[in-house]
Amino acid sequence: MTFREAIRKAMSDEMSADRNVILFGEDVGVYGGCFKVTEGLWKEHPDQVIDTPVSEEGFTGMAVGAAMMGLRPIIEIMYADFYTLIFDPIVNHAAKTHFMSGGQFCCPITVRLPEGSGTGHGAQHTQSPEALFMNGTGLKIVAPSNPSDAYHLLRASIRDNNPVLFFEHKLLYPMDGEISPEPVELGKAKVIGNGLDVTIIAYSHAVSTALETAELLHGMGINATVVDLRTLNPLDKETIFKQVRKTGRAVLIQDPNGIGGIEAQVCASICQDRETFSSLKCQVLQFSGKDTPIPFSKDLERLTIPQADKIAIEIGKLF
Amino acid sequence: MIDKNLSIDALRIMLNSRFFEEKTEELFKAGLIHGTTHLANGQEASQAGLCMALDDGDWIVPTHRCHGFTLCKGSWPVAMFAEMFGSRQGLAKGLGGSMHMPDKENCNLGSSAVVGSGVPLATGIAFYKKFESLGSASFAKSTTQNPKELPPVPVKNLSVAIFGDGASSRGSVHESMNLASIWKLPVLFYCENNRYGMSAPSDKMISVDKVSERASAYNMPGKVVDGNDFEAVYEAVREASAYIKAGNGPYLLEVMTYRFKGHSKSDRRLYRTSDEEQQWLLRDPIILFEQKMIENGYATKEEIDRIEQECRKGIDLQAETALKESFDKLTEDEVLNLVYATREDRS
Repeated sequence: MTFREAIRKAMSDEMSADRNVILFGEDVGVYGGCFKVTEGLWKEHPDQVIDTPVSEEGFTGMAVGAAMMGLRPIIEIMYADFYTLIFDPIVNHAAKTHFMSGGQFCCPITVRLPEGSGTGHGAQHTQSPEALFMNGTGLKIVAPSNPSDAYHLLRASIRDNNPVLFFEHKLLYPMDGEISPEPVELGKAKVIGNGLDVTIIAYSHAVSTALETAELLHGMGINATVVDLRTLNPLDKETIFKQVRKTGRAVLIQDPNGIGGIEAQVCASICQDRETFSSLKCQVLQFSGKDTPIPFSKDLERLTIPQADKIAIEIGKLF
Repeated sequence: MIDKNLSIDALRIMLNSRFFEEKTEELFKAGLIHGTTHLANGQEASQAGLCMALDDGDWIVPTHRCHGFTLCKGSWPVAMFAEMFGSRQGLAKGLGGSMHMPDKENCNLGSSAVVGSGVPLATGIAFYKKFESLGSASFAKSTTQNPKELPPVPVKNLSVAIFGDGASSRGSVHESMNLASIWKLPVLFYCENNRYGMSAPSDKMISVDKVSERASAYNMPGKVVDGNDFEAVYEAVREASAYIKAGNGPYLLEVMTYRFKGHSKSDRRLYRTSDEEQQWLLRDPIILFEQKMIENGYATKEEIDRIEQECRKGIDLQAETALKESFDKLTEDEVLNLVYATREDRS
C-alpha cells in the first residue's frame, strides 16, 4: 500500500469507527484532494467528507469550535505553506483550549499538511513549516516517514483528544510498503538498525536520506543506527538519549532549514542530558536545508536539501 | 411591555452586571486583581437582553468584554471573581482571568482575546448543533447542492457569535458569515456596536453605515436595534432565534450601545469628548428600564431601590467570599497537567 493510500485508509477506518470523524478541506470530495489522497473517500463516507470554500482560517476555526463540542474533525490544508492562514485558530485557540478553560473543553482536531520540496512548485508551495508550531504550547506534531507509520499515526492522531498537526511529505505519497498489524502510539520514535558507530536522527522524508546515508556508510565500514522521530512533539527523548549513548556520535538530518528547527531542539536536548552529553565522542553534526526560500529551478531546489552522499563524506571525517 | 416577572428578572440581572463591573473596578484600583480588565458598564441591556432571550442549550461565545454576558448566561459571580483573583475556584481555575471565563454548564464557550476570533468558533458550535439535529441524515451530501435550494432543517439550539464593531473588519468574521450562509448554520451573528474599537470610532473604520448592512452580502437577514433598550434587544433576539431555529440559516443582529468606561483600565479616553459621554449617560439602559417599569406600574421607586440594595449586597458578598479563598491557587504540577487533555478527557 502506498503512503497516500495508507493515509486514505486511516481516515476511512476512523470514519467507519466513529461518525463524528469528518473531513473538511478544499476539493477533498469529488476532486479527490489536490494530491489525490482523499480520492473516492466521499463515495465510502458521503456524510463525512465536506468540501469547503477557499477559507482556511474560517473553516479551521469552525472545526475548532465543533471539536470543542465533540466532533473529531480532520482538516486538509491543501499545501502546508498555507499554515499562515490557520495559525490563529490552531495556535491561539485549539492549542490553548484545554488549558485556558481549566480542563472544561478538549479540542480533538487533526490537521493534515502536505509539505516539502522536490516538486518544483516554488517557495510558497514547498515549505516544511513544522518548526513554526513547535513552541505553540498545547499541540502535538507528527511527521511519518513510511506508509505503515502514516496509517497508524494518523489513526492515533484522530483518536487523540488534543490538536495534532500531521505533516505529510509530498515526495512520500507514492512510497510503497506493508502496513504492520501493530498500532503505533504518538510520542514514540522508531529505531532502525543497530550500528554501534554513529546514530542518525531524522524524521519524515529525511529518514529516506538517513537510510541512504547509512548504506553509504556501511560501504565505508561505518555502522549506523537510524532513529526515526515520527512524533516531533512530544519528542521521544528517552529513545534519542539511549541511541546516542550507544554510539557516542549524533548526526541530525532534516529537510527544512535549520534555524530554530526540530533537530536544533534534538541537539539542545542531547546537550542538556548529562549522561548523553558525556557519552559524545565528537561534536554533533547537523544537516538541514539551506536558510533560503525553496528555489523553483530543479537543480537549485535539490541543492537546498541535504543529500546522502555529502552527509556520508562529512560523517566519514569523524572517524 | 414584557411581563412583570420577566422585567424584574431583567432588572436584577442588569443590576448585578453593573455592580459586578463597579466592584471589579474597585478591586483593580485597590490592587487586589492582577492584569487588566474590560468593563461593560452601559452595555447591560445588550448583554442581558441577548442572554435572557436564549433558550436552554443555546451557546454563546462572548467578546473579551465578557463579564456581563457570562453573568447573564448564568455563571456565579463568586466563580467569576475567583477567576480574576486567579484562584482554583475560578471558572477556569485561575488560568483564564478577566477575558476568559468559559462555563460549559451554562453553555458558554468563553471568549477569545483575539478580537473576532471567537466568531469562527461559534460557527463551529452551530455546525455541531446542525450535525446533531440531522441525526444520521446526511450533512455532507447537502454540500453538493446549491445552498439556496437547501430545504430548511429545524434545529433545537443555536449558537451566538458575539463580536464588536471593531471585530466586524476581521476576515475571520466574514469567512464565518459565508460558511454559515452556504451551510445554513444556526448562528446568530450578534454585533455589539459600542461605537469604538479601543480608540477607533466605528464610523471611520467601517465602509458601510451599519454593520448589519453586511448581511446582504451573505444572503442573510440583518437588523439594527437600540442596544440600550432591554425590550428592543430581547424582542429582536427572540425574532432572530425563531428564524434561525426554523432552519433558515444565520442572522445578523446589530445592537447600538456605548461603553461608559474606557476600553481597558489604562484608557484615558482622549478620542472622545466628555460631552458625548454625558449624552450617553442620559441613556443609561438601567435607568431607562427602571423608568419604564415605574411607568407600567410594575414597581415603585422604593421597590426598585430595595432591589438595587439587595443586588449590590449580593455582589459585594460574593466578591468577599472569592477574596477570602483567593489564596488557593493551582500547584505547578496541576498547571502543567492541564496543557494536554488525557485519553479520559471529553468535551
